[in-house]
Amino acid sequence: MALDDLYREVILDHYSHPRNKGTIDGPDIKVEGANPLCGDELSIFVRLTGGKITDVKFLGRGCSISQASASMMTEQIKGKTLEGAKGLVGKFKAMMHGEPANEDELGDLMALQGVRKFPVRIKCATLSWVALEQGVDEFQGSHQKVVAKASTEAE
Amino acid sequence: MIPANVRDDFPILKQTMYGKPFVYLDSAATSQKPKRVIDALVRYYQEYNANVHRGIYRIAEEATQRYEASRAKVAAFINARRPEEIVFTRSTTEAINLVAYAWGRANIREGDEIILTEMEHHSNLVPWQLLAAERNARLLFVPFDDQGLPLMEEFDRLLTERTKLVAVTHQSNVLGTINPVKEMARKAHTAGAKVLVDGAQSAPHMPVDVQDLDIDFFAFSAHKMCGPTGAGAIWARYEILEAMPPFHGGGEMIMLVQLDGSTYKDPPHKFEAGTPNIADCIVWGDAVDYLKRIGMASIREHEKRLTAYALSALTEVPGITVFGPRDLDRRGGAVAFATDVVHPHDVAQVLDQEGIAVRAGHHCTQPLHRRLGVAATTRASFYLYNNEADIDALVRGLQVVRRMFSPRPVPVTGGQTD
Repeated sequence: MALDDLYREVILDHYSHPRNKGTIDGPDIKVEGANPLCGDELSIFVRLTGGKITDVKFLGRGCSISQASASMMTEQIKGKTLEGAKGLVGKFKAMMHGEPANEDELGDLMALQGVRKFPVRIKCATLSWVALEQGVDEFQGSHQKVVAKASTEAE
Repeated sequence: MIPANVRDDFPILKQTMYGKPFVYLDSAATSQKPKRVIDALVRYYQEYNANVHRGIYRIAEEATQRYEASRAKVAAFINARRPEEIVFTRSTTEAINLVAYAWGRANIREGDEIILTEMEHHSNLVPWQLLAAERNARLLFVPFDDQGLPLMEEFDRLLTERTKLVAVTHQSNVLGTINPVKEMARKAHTAGAKVLVDGAQSAPHMPVDVQDLDIDFFAFSAHKMCGPTGAGAIWARYEILEAMPPFHGGGEMIMLVQLDGSTYKDPPHKFEAGTPNIADCIVWGDAVDYLKRIGMASIREHEKRLTAYALSALTEVPGITVFGPRDLDRRGGAVAFATDVVHPHDVAQVLDQEGIAVRAGHHCTQPLHRRLGVAATTRASFYLYNNEADIDALVRGLQVVRRMFSPRPVPVTGGQTD
């Protein structure tokens, strides 16, 4: 059934038991995002130490796809540099827009490939990634603690 | 009376979705069209398509006559005093914007106040925000209670000699609340304010009599009442339209044009610049005929019964919170609900696979959803072609949703319970 492809077990698992949910006091990057396919909201908090992402948390209310994607994202970017994180954003967005993907690089995120069959939901999956990318860009641009607003409208 | 075989009139309902019967529960977004309306559209283009108001040849005359006849039908549908009180637009949204631009800019000054409610659709909120910002006027909002009913003591308190306009939805597209616009209009007029009613969800679903309501403006559209998209109207008292400056300038709305200035036609043509949406406005008249033959009071009764059935059925489903009034006399057939655990996007996705069309999100009411304290809702809405079987299918679908999103066991590593 087509929905099995969308709601794969690993996605439902991340939705039921999200990883890294919460906030960070005094984050280096804080971003808020909202989905124009209305009804998903996210905040992402990042702490950097020695140029690497040492902690990342998210808060949000949203659908299983947006929340699971955010949860998986936080797992994948921990320990990466900002450049590494941005690279992963690029690979994830490429996968969501139909390009072949590499399991070694994307891990659990491969499960979100099923969303491609439901184009209206792609914005749910990319919400946290677009928000992260905007936060990182602004941080790198200003080298200051950043509070930014992002929207998948910019996509 | 709603004929027992009314669904046969609607070709689109004969489809199956993923092998299941198609259950359409999104009429608040747009209604489905009876075959005679679809045929009328085709007939226009096949038999008498011509530009209106200026042509001398036979089909130009016919198109003009049918366009103006449709205006008269639409006017009679809401008991306007004369057809000239109906200005055709492309939508309810455009109708409200027409009032904000043409009436608002001439009549709202610094320090004036406009009263709205907290449940308004963005189309009856944003145009007033734009106007208020431009004119340095204030917007005030009537709150609603836990049942979604407006707090009328607050309305009374907000209404002062500074109030120039009360703009309110007749029937909420989310809560289903039917606002007491007649009472609000009486009070508003005593305070010297005009009254605009957003009738997008009321005109299709109940008898509307603008004279009895004693209001000043009424905005509504064809596509939610079995008519085509792209056709809407603003009704206003003729003397108000006469006093208003134009909205759009251009061909058709002028009398005499010179290089340095022009004179304008009388209402309604003063407000209809350029070639109108001829086909869809004509066919709106056919939709009016269709609904009148069934009877708006019958449609209202039918929806009351269905809404009662739905409210009762939905409150039996575990984890569902239904919003809006419980009193069926105070609400229409839009039923928005939240489900614990499952977000509306996912509810709508699973229901789609069960052949059921509902809407998920904010339904163009972000402030309302903020006040309800939810990120989004799922909305099922009913019309003359829905029946109890549709609601039974919805309830079965919601059980599928629950099974699909039932809590997973805690993973051995890496997860946290919410």
